[in-house]
Amino acid sequence: MVPVSYYLSLSAVLFTIGVVGVLVKRNPIQVFMCIELMLNAANLTFIALGRFYGTSVGEMYVIFALAVAAAEVSVGLGIIVTIFRTRQSIDLDETALLKS
Amino acid sequence: MPALILFWILAIVCIGAALTMVTAANPVRSALSLVVCFLALAVYYVTLSAQFIGAVQVVVYAGAVMVLFLFVIMLLNLGAPVTSSTKGSNQNTAAVALGAILLLVLFISGIFFEIPGKAVSPATAQAQGTVKAVGLTLYNPHLPWLFPFEATSLLLLVAVVGAIVMTRRQV
Repeated sequence: MVPVSYYLSLSAVLFTIGVVGVLVKRNPIQVFMCIELMLNAANLTFIALGRFYGTSVGEMYVIFALAVAAAEVSVGLGIIVTIFRTRQSIDLDETALLKS
Repeated sequence: MPALILFWILAIVCIGAALTMVTAANPVRSALSLVVCFLALAVYYVTLSAQFIGAVQVVVYAGAVMVLFLFVIMLLNLGAPVTSSTKGSNQNTAAVALGAILLLVLFISGIFFEIPGKAVSPATAQAQGTVKAVGLTLYNPHLPWLFPFEATSLLLLVAVVGAIVMTRRQV
């Protein structure tokens, strides 16, 4: 049996890769993918802790996180498509409409 | 011991795919690496006896979400990497440095974590990951999951309507 700390450490590595990706990438689609990676790292923590505590609470949280992630992706990609249509570019540094 | 070997193989695949996703300049390459990472995570869920979640991970994440990503990449013709003039290397250095600190903190909190008490037997855990067990927990009116589940359907409806309203052409 693999100890639970292994799963938590793997989840920490994946989450950090996602955070660094969000800060480094300039393409909003790739930033979105990094956010998905962070959500998945959190899901792995939920599943691992649920398994080792012997409850199904972790799985319940993951089901809701999945549904929210699906909704978030559809709305977020819709926003990206709309930005592209109005500005013909989706570079994150050039898209500063809300900055006064 | 085979479980440990499987863990390390999957960890290498998963972290390698995640690093490829972050370092790739081409968004299509990023998306396909992320699919590999999601599939490796699905195998982890199965080994953690959450079979239903593993199947959902393959269908929803590796299937639906990534298809959506690839469709948008093709729709906006973003196959070529975005070259930014204002991209500063200072920000990248700061991001990596802060990421290292975050990794250290998360690692220290994770590596020494132990569950007190007896280990849960594999048979007990196996019974909790099936579709039947998940459904019985989710729809049990004595447990607090039923109302959030209903609220999730409303959330998905709002997301669908919102996506259509935002992306339709102005008439």
